[in-house]
Amino acid sequence: MTHGISRRALLASTAAAGCSAALCVPALGQGAGGRVVVIGGGFAGATCARFLKRMDPRLIVTLVEASPVFVACPLSNSVIAGLRDIAAQQFTLDKLADDGVALTRAPASGINTQTRAVTLTNNSRISYDRLVLAPGIDIRWDALPGYNEAAADRMPHAWKAGEQTLLLRRQLESMEDGGTVVISAPANPFRCPPGPYERASLIAYYLKTKKPKSKLIVLDAKDAFSKQRLFQKAWKELYPGILEWVPLSAGGKVTSVDPAGMTVVTDFATHKASVANVIPPQKAGRIAEAAGIADRTGWCPVDPVTFESKQQPGIHVIGDAAIMGAMPKSAFSANAQAKVCAAAVVRLLAGKKPDQPKLINTCYSLVAPDYGISIAGVYHAADGQLRDVEGAGGISPIDAPSSTRAQDASLANGWFKTITEEVFG
Amino acid sequence: MLTSSAVTCMAAGLADAPPGATSCSGCHPAKKWVDTQVPRLNGRPAADIIAAMQAFKTGQSGTVMGLIAKGFSSEEIKAIADWYTSQKD
Repeated sequence: MTHGISRRALLASTAAAGCSAALCVPALGQGAGGRVVVIGGGFAGATCARFLKRMDPRLIVTLVEASPVFVACPLSNSVIAGLRDIAAQQFTLDKLADDGVALTRAPASGINTQTRAVTLTNNSRISYDRLVLAPGIDIRWDALPGYNEAAADRMPHAWKAGEQTLLLRRQLESMEDGGTVVISAPANPFRCPPGPYERASLIAYYLKTKKPKSKLIVLDAKDAFSKQRLFQKAWKELYPGILEWVPLSAGGKVTSVDPAGMTVVTDFATHKASVANVIPPQKAGRIAEAAGIADRTGWCPVDPVTFESKQQPGIHVIGDAAIMGAMPKSAFSANAQAKVCAAAVVRLLAGKKPDQPKLINTCYSLVAPDYGISIAGVYHAADGQLRDVEGAGGISPIDAPSSTRAQDASLANGWFKTITEEVFG
Repeated sequence: MLTSSAVTCMAAGLADAPPGATSCSGCHPAKKWVDTQVPRLNGRPAADIIAAMQAFKTGQSGTVMGLIAKGFSSEEIKAIADWYTSQKD
């Protein structure tokens, strides 16, 4: 270790020698290194930061995330229905630091695309060669008359897990038997397409088992939704007389809300709610606008191979904030995109061409604690966007024995353990 | 030194994973201790993975694997299987 060679130089040369040896996978190998900043420590951002470092240990990877604790959305509908503890949803980024990812707790306040630097609220700057943005969603507070940040204290959205999740749970718990719960579901696109319907199912389960004189009305701005046939079949079996779904064509679109009077208004009716869960229209997380990567829809168009922004070179966008063609805004998708993005960034920094990717989405929903349903898709890049691979994908069987539903419920829990271990464990 | 070499080798393999491969670990755990009924793929013989995927592709499956396997050609399945075989703990 002496002879005037620094330990760092020695390790680097040994590593390079090791990689040229025959036992190694032929490779990228001599990654160029470089500086990558990732903003957002959810399923997309945390996965990407971790895999960037694993794929090329010489990269300097900085993860910018202000929250000390991440609260996962998948399975949080079970928390709302009193079936699960919020602690089971909470994760930290500590293990990423062990992997060599530098964590920064100050929120990002700006991005200078000319000098390629991120500015933090503590006025420090982090320079990058490539930037990955995974900001998730923000609520569009201007989109639904009457629904602003103060209204969310009375009519929780619970579409970002945490205090909002617990607020909705407490409201259900304190509601008298015989009350009316109203859910407002938004038009596409939004985070977690089957989420409103899983939530409706599990709230109906709570009402059926704890407050059977109560009712749940789902007011929907759409006529069709993810896993619809499976949900509706299960509702007929499990929750007749409890759960009513009102589609767009039957006047389901909510046009305004009044938190003081606890009313939810459509073109056809005013619904008085004991508990109102307003899932409002959404857009890419706030930093997207500052970075100039969001288009007029509020979401971020990206290249389907590298997930590089179509509006700002050098910035990649993954997860719910991005427009990913046929791929839904799910945690599984975010995680899968993050790994493809990490590989593309490593290759681009090494002056190599990224591979044509193939990605999978899998998503389980619980209709009852022991009744799961699922959807899956396979995606490839074609015509400038991610498209379904024809002949693949679909939903779980419409006619299936209860053992299949129980298996999917078990697989849902297994999936959550696996993915959170990969991302945060 | 061996450790350092091994880490770099594994890392190179990870960035070079064939199309589709890295999506699998969303459900198939890399770590042995994860409590799920979904089997691990790391280090599994390629022939086993190929046989399972071909069966999912052609047969009836109550799980998402029947829907996913249909999205991959035999060549893609072989590349993914070979890659997982080379991935150790």
